[in-house]
Amino acid sequence: MIGLISYLAFFATMAGILAIAVLGLNLQWGHTGLFNGGVVAFFGAGAYGTMLLGGPPEPGQFGGFALPYVVALGGGILIAGVVAWIVGLLTLRLRHDYLAIATFGVAVAFENVTRNADWLTGGARGLRGFPRPLEAAIGDTFLYGLFFLGLVLAVLLAVYLGLERLVNSPYGRVLRAIREDEVSARSVGKNPTRLRLESFVIGSMIMGAAGGLYVSFYAFVSPQDLAPILTFQIWAMLIVGGAGNNRGAILGAFLIWGAWTLSGFALSRFAPDAMQLYTGSIQYILIGVVIVGMLMWRPQGLLPERVTKTIYQKGAKKGSVIINKEVI
Amino acid sequence: MIQNLVDGVLTGSIISLGAIGLTLIMHMLRFANFSYAELLGIGAYTALVFDKLLAVLFPALSGKIGALTLTGTLALSVLLAMVVAGASAVVIDALVFKRIRAKADALSMVFASFGVALILRNVITLIFGQKAQLYSNDIAFAIVVSRDPLLLIKPDQVFVLLAALVLMGGLHLVLTRTTFGFALRAVAENPVLAQVSGVRLSVIVTSVWLIGGALSAAAGVFYALTNHLSPAMGHNFVLPVFAATIVGGIGSVYGAVLGGFIVGIASGLALMVLPSGYIPAMPFLIILFVLMLRPHGLFGEDQG
Repeated sequence: MIGLISYLAFFATMAGILAIAVLGLNLQWGHTGLFNGGVVAFFGAGAYGTMLLGGPPEPGQFGGFALPYVVALGGGILIAGVVAWIVGLLTLRLRHDYLAIATFGVAVAFENVTRNADWLTGGARGLRGFPRPLEAAIGDTFLYGLFFLGLVLAVLLAVYLGLERLVNSPYGRVLRAIREDEVSARSVGKNPTRLRLESFVIGSMIMGAAGGLYVSFYAFVSPQDLAPILTFQIWAMLIVGGAGNNRGAILGAFLIWGAWTLSGFALSRFAPDAMQLYTGSIQYILIGVVIVGMLMWRPQGLLPERVTKTIYQKGAKKGSVIINKEVI
Repeated sequence: MIQNLVDGVLTGSIISLGAIGLTLIMHMLRFANFSYAELLGIGAYTALVFDKLLAVLFPALSGKIGALTLTGTLALSVLLAMVVAGASAVVIDALVFKRIRAKADALSMVFASFGVALILRNVITLIFGQKAQLYSNDIAFAIVVSRDPLLLIKPDQVFVLLAALVLMGGLHLVLTRTTFGFALRAVAENPVLAQVSGVRLSVIVTSVWLIGGALSAAAGVFYALTNHLSPAMGHNFVLPVFAATIVGGIGSVYGAVLGGFIVGIASGLALMVLPSGYIPAMPFLIILFVLMLRPHGLFGEDQG
């Protein structure tokens, strides 16, 4: 029983961490129409950033400043934001797909650095020994698993509520206006380039936060944790859940992570021995099929974006009072 | 130095071939196609299959040509692979991109192209395995062109460079001397005006997929001939071919050719100052550099 509960807690912790990253992507893609082709780099910047700032010192290794947890996590988030800011600054005023290409490039460059810059990232070995927050104080492994799940869910809730506030505010409306029609948004005095950059940086910082939580959960990070497939998984989560809908993003994260875990389990159990080497490829194909299939047959996702329509209040003089009403 | 330069020119010719179709597709359909480079892998592996098949059917052809490791069967297989890859490009468009084009925006196509790339690459892995393969297990001996500075060139590399230049020259003739070439350039220049003048857009788009697929297949085989085949090869070319199109300016065939050589040579020369592990990121640095200095590339126009 304890085993089952602790496994479920482990599963939910991982799904929750990914859900945070999906929420970050939803701000970029769902609400602002920005294409991030290198989610893994921003997730990774948060993970490595947190590790370098909060990890234990090691001879011959840069970092290991052993800063307090909150400072380390904040620093990791900040590093992800700075990377996003630089990329966004260079690409956001150009053709829309330039951002896709540049962010894909960031992911490649990031992978090169994590694999080769041994002094900074530990190379292929990765970095280990991150002091997990309050682990000594709690002691018991089972209880600590539950505590960490609580921590992740609390961060998830905070990010969710914050984003809901943001996207339902006038600011969120401007972001959607830019996504739908940049020229009209500009004609009413909005600065699309700046707002896009802000949305891109905030979204990437949220991904960085997910990366920071990831490294504090595993106490370890290496290039294997940040394989390019992570980007695709996070996309599949958003597109299945429903781009533009924060609840959909969280639902998609749990669904896809569940499907991924189950398919991995089923393949390792039932696939013939000769195929065992290739179960990863089969799972990758499934993720690809989910992405392409959803885009072709249900691009709005399971929980579609809720369209906010502005209507005239009954009885009021035409054009005098305008209220917002959610129509689903 | 000179060795890096020569190797860079060779890689550049392969990147150029891969970028020609991509730049036209990006311009006409207005989306960055991340699955395009997988056509290199499709081409290279198709040639492997045909090579084995033809060697059994026509053993007389399986001898090596001159000093090359290229065999007669492989030379034929290149042509067949070009047809197959061109056809696959058209089929993928009909199955996926055309449908998404019909009801969603260009960025959804970018999204879908990542999914298509993931599927294609892993289907190749499932069929052919993860291990790197070679067309021929014979050792390709390099010829010492000069000892100081050291310069080694394999006969295969000379063949690849010449063959790539012949393909590009052929395309140039088609573009400048035939009615089809005029129509294609007209669509690239101004799709609406071209349609008004009686050019059928759908025919041109299909032919661009065909040409692009065929050239990419040749690029894939040429890469595999001078290096090796692996399922990741398409993925490894994604960034270089994008860099070539951006350097040259999206929509410009000649820009893509020049861009390919620039990216190839720059990556080759970068080996002198950077450890080889960082070379895959080189095209990314070139992209950033170009976006800062000349966002629309050498021959590109402002598309907003």
